[in-house]
Amino acid sequence: MATQIPVTEIQDQKVQSPQRHWLEVLHDWVTTVDHKKIGLMYIGYALIFLVIAGFEALLMRVQLAIPNNHFVSPQVFNGLFTMHGTTMVFFVGMPILFGFGNYLIPLMIGARDMAFPRLNAFSFWISAFGGLLLYFSYVGGSGLYGAGSAPDVGWFAYAPLTARVFSPGHSTDYWTLSLLLTGIGTIGTALNIVATIISMRCPGMKMSRLPLLPWLYLVTSGLTFVAIGPLTAAQIMLLLDRYVGSHFFDTQAGGSAVLWMHFFWIFGHPEVYILVLPAFAFANEIIPVFSRKAIFGYPAMVAASVGIGFISLGVWAHHMFTVGLGPGENTFFTLATMIISVPTGIKIFNWLATLWGGKIHFTVAMMFAIGFLFQFLIAGLTGIMLSVAPFDWQLGNSYFVVAHFHYVLVGAILFMLFSAFYYWYPKMSGRMLSERLGKWHFWLFLIGFHLTFDLMHVPGLLGMPRRIYTYEADRGWMIWNVIISSGAIVQTVATLLFVFNMVWSYFRGPIAGPDPWDAWTLEWSVSSPPPSYNFAEIPVVASRRPLWDLKHPDDPDSDYEMDQPTPHEKQEKSL
Amino acid sequence: MSEVALDPIVPNEEWTLPSRGIVGMTCLIIAEAAIFVIFVVAYIFYLGKSLTGPTPKEVLELPIFTTICLLSSSLTVHAAVSALRGNARRLCSFWLAATVLLGGIFLAGTAHEWYDLIYKHGLTIKTNLFGTTFYSLVGLHATHVVVGLILLSLALFFSMSGDLKEEHHEKLEGLSLYWHFVDGVWVIVFLVVYVLGR
Repeated sequence: MATQIPVTEIQDQKVQSPQRHWLEVLHDWVTTVDHKKIGLMYIGYALIFLVIAGFEALLMRVQLAIPNNHFVSPQVFNGLFTMHGTTMVFFVGMPILFGFGNYLIPLMIGARDMAFPRLNAFSFWISAFGGLLLYFSYVGGSGLYGAGSAPDVGWFAYAPLTARVFSPGHSTDYWTLSLLLTGIGTIGTALNIVATIISMRCPGMKMSRLPLLPWLYLVTSGLTFVAIGPLTAAQIMLLLDRYVGSHFFDTQAGGSAVLWMHFFWIFGHPEVYILVLPAFAFANEIIPVFSRKAIFGYPAMVAASVGIGFISLGVWAHHMFTVGLGPGENTFFTLATMIISVPTGIKIFNWLATLWGGKIHFTVAMMFAIGFLFQFLIAGLTGIMLSVAPFDWQLGNSYFVVAHFHYVLVGAILFMLFSAFYYWYPKMSGRMLSERLGKWHFWLFLIGFHLTFDLMHVPGLLGMPRRIYTYEADRGWMIWNVIISSGAIVQTVATLLFVFNMVWSYFRGPIAGPDPWDAWTLEWSVSSPPPSYNFAEIPVVASRRPLWDLKHPDDPDSDYEMDQPTPHEKQEKSL
Repeated sequence: MSEVALDPIVPNEEWTLPSRGIVGMTCLIIAEAAIFVIFVVAYIFYLGKSLTGPTPKEVLELPIFTTICLLSSSLTVHAAVSALRGNARRLCSFWLAATVLLGGIFLAGTAHEWYDLIYKHGLTIKTNLFGTTFYSLVGLHATHVVVGLILLSLALFFSMSGDLKEEHHEKLEGLSLYWHFVDGVWVIVFLVVYVLGR
């Protein structure tokens, strides 16, 4: 079986379609079950929430920039960090990653759509309404004055603060219900991704030939089932506690507040890997293309990802060292957490080996990917520091922890997301993003990021706790906080540049053509943007890099496949 | 390498993948199982930690008859799928009806049990930790039984109206997979709540 990909004619689709009424266009988007449109809606929706939650972060940084500040009230500040965390995890991180997955996976595996297109639309809309419900809290309850009834219990909403006695009104209910709703959507999308990858691959695309992006999404989706389930269960318990009078987390009736922490972090830690694995997935596609080499160690990459998936289920209590778990648990969770750095290290070395001896093209996408490599390494190193229980007792709940996980979320995940935007924007829009603006975006964001998050470790080491509303002048934290806050402003400017670049390039950017990066996976074999049916004829592949085979028929990858059946085996099969 | 001849093109090589319905249902079951695990853990964690009575030993009775009904409904739904696959549609209707009936008996048994607990023993979800964890775990399972019964009743309706045909056997198989899961969960709940927890 050799690679067979019918190359479609490049055509300017914009010329062909007549102007339509905007209501017609809107109707198209609202009722669509096309995975590409749903993917784009996921991404657009996440970007809107990214701006909102970023703005919340900016308000908090203004508040903390100088001591004894009264820029916002303490109540509003509590609402701000709760909404910032909840929004970034559930309404930015997950939807944007699922958006890319939705868009790319069917294209990469040579399918015309996801396995369940209508479930796909349902999942998107229920997640979207979950986000709207969360933000309705600002106008719900007592209205916008004093920020309405926005949730203010922190993104992990520890018991018993969430009990009806301590959180009267509906602020906590907005939080619980919106998470329940998006949880349903998330499970629906994850289910869809798994079914698509398992059941919709084009002929010849064995699991051993699957591009690494779908492979990692498969692991992420598997993690989603076992992580979102506990979150949903815990939310149901919390709702029962608040409305029916049950006693799950009611310490007065013998209930346990620590149980909530366990349940939340059984979700919460795999969640980190649900967010970071897609970032790895992007790196696996982008780094080889711009190193002009095949990925180093494909089987090791798959094994490491699956390994991370399993180990990440057994490390949750490292978020709870300060509770006083006892020596047995402390030892177990310290060791488990350290072990997870092994498969992660394997990945980093594989990426380095892919770069090694390659002909590196420093496009903006590649620059962000290289930034990701460095920053993810540092984030991992502070992670290993925090995994040591005694060190964590000292620095748990300090700004050191905040700096650590923002290094993962911004330094690794957001950098890789930007990289993915520069890499796949031409496919999605048909136009190239401006590389010049992109380089400005990269350097400004890099400087802003390091100003903010490198220096954020320091006030943590000096004892500044997280979630404090303000601090006294004699603590010596002011100079650090001023620099941290100014870094936040640089990042904001860089992000605005990026948004401008996306809008400007959509209208003015150079036409991309089907394959601007000379890449190797199937999504680049169709026109940009792809037609609604993706492939006029379903392709047949014979190796991991079908487009390489097509471009180099004299030296195709399929010649080097380890698991090519020998003539003898073939004879047996045909019998 | 250059001496190795290229493989001949085999365009019609066998290429079959698992059914997406079954894969999807399996994923749903994994996610649901995770939810149940948390409720079971909460039940076990709070065993014997109630500050007031009644305790499980005082009020719970082994629901043996309804358990037999629910577990045997797994066999009947399997028989229904087999019948549909063999295009025996009347037989399929019969087995589906039997499944709905057995599931209904189970649900009635739970309702009766809860009525006794609430009105005879005064145990509600508010009473103590046992009430909290018992009603939520058994209630979550009962909710799944209700959903399963609604879906099975729909299948029965379409089977009797003649709209459920042989080509739909994979869809009915997905539903039967869900029903087997509901039964499997009951085995765990039965062991934890009525055997170990008593």
